[in-house]
Amino acid sequence: MNKKMNRKFDTKDFIANNIVPIIFVVLCIVCYPIAGYSPEYLIDQIITRLVRNSFLVLSLLIPIMAGMGLNFGMTLGAMAGQIGIVFITAWNIVGIPGLLLAAIIATPIAIILGWFCGKMLNMAKGREMITSYMISFFMNGVYQLVVLYGMGPVIPLHSDQVILPRGYGVRNTIDLINVRRSIDNFLQFNIGPVRIPLLTIILIALLCVVIIWFRKTKLGQDMRAVGQDMEVAREAGIKVERTRILSIVISTVFAAYGMIIYLSNMGTLNTYNSHSQIGMFSIAALLVGGASVSRASIKNVFLGIVLFHLMFILTPQAGKNLIGQAQIGEFFRVFVSYGVITLSLVLYEIRTRREKAESAKVLANAQEAKA
Amino acid sequence: MMENNKDILNAYVLPVLRDIKEALKAFGLPRLIITGFLLLLFIIAPFAGISVGASLTDTLGRFGQNAIMVLAMVPMIHSGCGLNFGLPLGIISGLLGATLAIETGIQGPLSFLLAILYSTPFALVFGWGYGKLLNKVKGSEMMIATYVGFSSVAFMSIMWLILPYKSPTMVWGYTGEGLRTTISTEGFYYHVLRDTLSLRIGSLSISFGEILFFALFAFIIWAFLHTKTGTAMTAVGSNPVFARASGISIDRQRTLSVIMSTWLGALGILCYQQGYGFIQLYQGPMYMAMPAVSAILIGGASVNKATITNVVIGTILYQGIVSMTPSVMNSLIHTDMSEVLRIIVSNGMILYALTRKSGASR
Repeated sequence: MNKKMNRKFDTKDFIANNIVPIIFVVLCIVCYPIAGYSPEYLIDQIITRLVRNSFLVLSLLIPIMAGMGLNFGMTLGAMAGQIGIVFITAWNIVGIPGLLLAAIIATPIAIILGWFCGKMLNMAKGREMITSYMISFFMNGVYQLVVLYGMGPVIPLHSDQVILPRGYGVRNTIDLINVRRSIDNFLQFNIGPVRIPLLTIILIALLCVVIIWFRKTKLGQDMRAVGQDMEVAREAGIKVERTRILSIVISTVFAAYGMIIYLSNMGTLNTYNSHSQIGMFSIAALLVGGASVSRASIKNVFLGIVLFHLMFILTPQAGKNLIGQAQIGEFFRVFVSYGVITLSLVLYEIRTRREKAESAKVLANAQEAKA
Repeated sequence: MMENNKDILNAYVLPVLRDIKEALKAFGLPRLIITGFLLLLFIIAPFAGISVGASLTDTLGRFGQNAIMVLAMVPMIHSGCGLNFGLPLGIISGLLGATLAIETGIQGPLSFLLAILYSTPFALVFGWGYGKLLNKVKGSEMMIATYVGFSSVAFMSIMWLILPYKSPTMVWGYTGEGLRTTISTEGFYYHVLRDTLSLRIGSLSISFGEILFFALFAFIIWAFLHTKTGTAMTAVGSNPVFARASGISIDRQRTLSVIMSTWLGALGILCYQQGYGFIQLYQGPMYMAMPAVSAILIGGASVNKATITNVVIGTILYQGIVSMTPSVMNSLIHTDMSEVLRIIVSNGMILYALTRKSGASR
């Protein structure tokens, strides 16, 4: 690290290493005047989206630390959170107690799903990302089986608000009027037109502190060792498989809580879409913040959410004002989300290969010098 | 007497049992379950009041529609690029060819040939770029391929809106610009292959046109894999170090395989459209790689090994299940869980293949 700090600041290197955030900053600057939103509106929107998404995006950090890449399996945690929310809505439990109960229901489900995901990823070392991605697809099927056919006859739920008129299966969209913004409104104050939901911010800050503290614990250190080099870690007596599973379990549980916060802020649940969308957007946001497959910090999370959601708000309106079709803006932001993930993955691979080649060269030179 | 029996047991019965066990192991448990499930469906079908002939017709029709897209997996698996999750890129080349062919206004079977002709340059260019990209990211091709597919679908969604297509059969009626989400192939190349050489026996109808069309390309790929270039490609996939030592350009072989896969993807979607009857634009191609990937894996392929037999068996099994489950389930329990089952089976199969040790190299 020190070596890097001592090296002279190199503009070219800086751009090369931060190309994704830079593209986004430029994009936002270009779109801002075209969209024509007022700054107050934008700040309010950004704060809303920050409190809505931070917890979810933060949940991605721990598997990255353990060298398992972007955890596409966070969708599993989101599913667990949604199941919790479905239950409390059916039982008509209101406000913060309801959300707490949802979290209590979601925790064991998230632990089981996370354990399953971790087990699978241990069987697919070296291609964790595509595997976790396929796990999210596979579990999506299982989730649909449970929610669409199991809820009602197998899992007793009888609420017209939640269950489809045919008697089983959960409705497509559920209105979460019972818990809408209940965390946000608890300790909210306004600065001008901008709403500041203090309790949610405290929760997010708490998670940040936990993550920083966690890095210093024995388990956190083990995870970093495993992330650096699995074989060396194994030699050092670290239980590699267990550590990896734990990192995924922790991430999944946090994702479940994050999803509960997200849904309470949104106020509606898209039973069959919310979780898969949130997986893609969270990962894209983290990458926009300058994170890579192997390195991500809390700073990346917040920068990423601000930039990504600024783009999200601006492009449809900019598209509408520019070409007269809001749809182009919509497609554009989908393209940008996918494009960002692609670009970051490609850049990461290229950089890793280059670094490997360089270190091999250094090693070869050193050996030559010795001889 | 007892001794004798034991000898016979040791000499003849046990080895056979062991062989069966080995064969089953090689076949793989999930594959066994899927085959068993499909057989069960065909056995139940008559009791559930479903004609076996019609079911077979449906399965074979879907086979003809989808087989070439599954075949598109083969070259990339051979060269060690893994499963082609970037199939949507090939599909997009096909869509460009299809829409351009309809734009010319030429009707009938000729439009099918035109669509193939027009999609070819796109497939070659896209495949070339895609191959170059995958060469830069050796080791994590599959993840990047997935997102290349998604990004290209999202990018083309914008393009379908703004490209200057004029043909009234394709653009939105009220604005006169921007392509529709689904375009009928009726009057152009609807059922061009399916209705050629089709044979009807009672409720069963077999379209030899589609099957022969697939067989032609399957044969070409098979023959190609046995040429010098084809062997080199396989060598790159199975042992890159050895391949480099024997003077094969790894990157060139891989690019070639990606171009082939992309082109077959383009051809595959055209074949699909002629059977299905519609061209699906915008978000349509987004997840089309998954069924194809899953089918070849069900057929016995792994992340780094695939044959034409895998393609044929896999497509029949996969499409058989897809076409049989809804009808059988509907008539038995009056609920259609088939879509959910399809998701679980196809993604479960991909997951199974990814977690096998055999492909540990990537």
